[in-house]
Amino acid sequence: MAEAEIIRIESGRRAETQLCRGRTADGRPCRNRATASGYCRRHQPSEQASTSPAPSRFEADLERTLAFLRRRVTGGYHVDDFGFDADLTENILLPILRPLFDRWWRVEQRGLENVPANGPALLVSNHSGTLPWDALMMKLAVYEGTGRHCRLLAADLPFRMPIVGEITRKSGNTLACAEDTTRLLDSGEIVGVFPEGYKGIGKPFRERYKLQRFGRGGFVEVALRTGAPMIPVSIVGAEEIYPMIYNVKSLARLLGFPYFPVTPTFPALGLLGAVPLPSKWIIEYGEPIETKAFTPDAALDPMFVFNLTDQVREAIQQTLYKNLMSRRSVFF
Amino acid sequence: MAKQRVLITGISRFLGGHLAQRLEEDPEVGEIFGVDLEPPSVELARTEYVRADIRNPLIVKVLQATEVDTVVHAAVIATPGRAGGRAQMKEINVIGTMQLFAACQKAEKLRKVVMKSTTAVYGSDPTDPSIFPEDVGPSSHPRTGYAKDAWEVENYARSFGRRRPDVDLTILRFANFIGPRIDTPLTRYFSLPLVPTAFGFDPRIQLLHEEDANEILYRATREDHPGTFNASGDGVVYLSQALRMAGKIAIPVATPFMNLIAGAMRQAGLVDFSPEQLQFLQWGRVGDVNRLKTQFGYTPKFNTAEALRDFITRSKLAKVFSEEQAEQWEHDLYDFLARLSRSRSTDAARV
Repeated sequence: MAEAEIIRIESGRRAETQLCRGRTADGRPCRNRATASGYCRRHQPSEQASTSPAPSRFEADLERTLAFLRRRVTGGYHVDDFGFDADLTENILLPILRPLFDRWWRVEQRGLENVPANGPALLVSNHSGTLPWDALMMKLAVYEGTGRHCRLLAADLPFRMPIVGEITRKSGNTLACAEDTTRLLDSGEIVGVFPEGYKGIGKPFRERYKLQRFGRGGFVEVALRTGAPMIPVSIVGAEEIYPMIYNVKSLARLLGFPYFPVTPTFPALGLLGAVPLPSKWIIEYGEPIETKAFTPDAALDPMFVFNLTDQVREAIQQTLYKNLMSRRSVFF
Repeated sequence: MAKQRVLITGISRFLGGHLAQRLEEDPEVGEIFGVDLEPPSVELARTEYVRADIRNPLIVKVLQATEVDTVVHAAVIATPGRAGGRAQMKEINVIGTMQLFAACQKAEKLRKVVMKSTTAVYGSDPTDPSIFPEDVGPSSHPRTGYAKDAWEVENYARSFGRRRPDVDLTILRFANFIGPRIDTPLTRYFSLPLVPTAFGFDPRIQLLHEEDANEILYRATREDHPGTFNASGDGVVYLSQALRMAGKIAIPVATPFMNLIAGAMRQAGLVDFSPEQLQFLQWGRVGDVNRLKTQFGYTPKFNTAEALRDFITRSKLAKVFSEEQAEQWEHDLYDFLARLSRSRSTDAARV
């Protein structure tokens, strides 16, 4: 108490005398009791560093981790209307994926300058690999490259599933429908779409890198209406992670899945067969296809929409071929 | 100009009663009539309580005798327990509304109808868009309970609106109410010590503070805002997040057992959760509030998280631990671990 008295005379700030004047990692006022300097032991300004050593990296990490845990336990974090929980995504979900990105698939990014640093954009990508690892890697790639969160559009299946649906939504993804896509693009977000859908991700290994039909071109209509540029994205490597030799259609129908894959290792090796092969990945972002020049009415002209869809599809296919030619092997 | 004459159905309930209170203070409002089977639950000075049943054709006499120009229909009931069973509830909601609008059609002086509805009309389904605007319907309309009633009631209102184009029809689709005074299944749910949730699902919920709800209903009555509006605070919270803010412990229950637990809680008189509200606990629901802010011209004072916080602090919910405690733990743990690592590194330096 005697210490607090001294500070009151010095600074004249009665209300804050008892507590530290520092701020915690997330910007809230620190609630620790202050020492004579007006700060607690943790938030001592640097001139005090001679008496107490500067916080080490461990301490900085510790402070961040504990602040994160406190936020999670007390519900003190923000989620947007779509349910995107940036706090959880940046601190838990994306870090889990990082070893896969850096070590397992050694993802190489090309043409990052084509992804705008701000404003809306629609990333249109090929889809492959039985399980949507390519979508997750693209999400992390965009975050690593630009610091922006790519909001992926997913089918309704993941949202129906317990736990999976929850994580899918919390990491900022939403149902692939025109309403949600328009809303996201209008608010200036990057949206990632895989127009091939199940036809792409569930195709047999012998058809690898052959782009399937691009849905009904709904994504082009939305891009035209919102004026967002479309960026063709070509992902090489994801086709080889689970080479699907056979699709057990009857079993898939029974389980309510779009396909039931048989790969050289799955289901023969059980859960071990679910470990993806460590292919080498290349993600290339192509030149943006601008849609601002067209009026929103262009979305009402089906022929025009078909042509634009084909243009995007062709751009992705060409880049896929180019990068396939240039890679030395599947795994390096 | 003649003063506004208002008739409110459901005067015994929270929204109806508070609307009457607000209108009483307004000198521009003339006579106020409150129709219900039960007397008003709030103190009213100059509102005339008409003990009548809107299911009875006599309601047309009430409307003609009172010569009102505004009808506020706030009598649609959400919980079967209050009405004395689901059949009774449906009777009051659907048949009552039919009678009321039939009477309204005959009321020549009528200029405005305001109806309380709910965002529950959008249902709760993973295959619907994340955010519902007013004019885009869900892929399938709710087939059970309150949500179905609300949808049918809205249809009666709309067909009445078509037959009487001279009457301004305002439909307010309220999100879940929350606040220290209002009593809803959700406020009771949040007051449970251990809160059952759906395992593996975390719905987004949208809340409207009771004060904002009263304000919106008042403005809809006094001002002219024809159309349908979603009414909710800005933003969403996850149910898990809301429970953490309230300092509650969630007990995840596998979805097949949810009905069983809900039934047990209904029997015990704890929370009156109907099947479509269980769906809500699984999938959640979010309405687009843009039209409320731009066309209606009112931005709720409390956003969803603030409304929830206000409810938690003012209704003094029993918390397992408080935020201050959590922060204290954070600091204690930090001090302990940091000291541990320091003493270890100085030990190492000494060696």
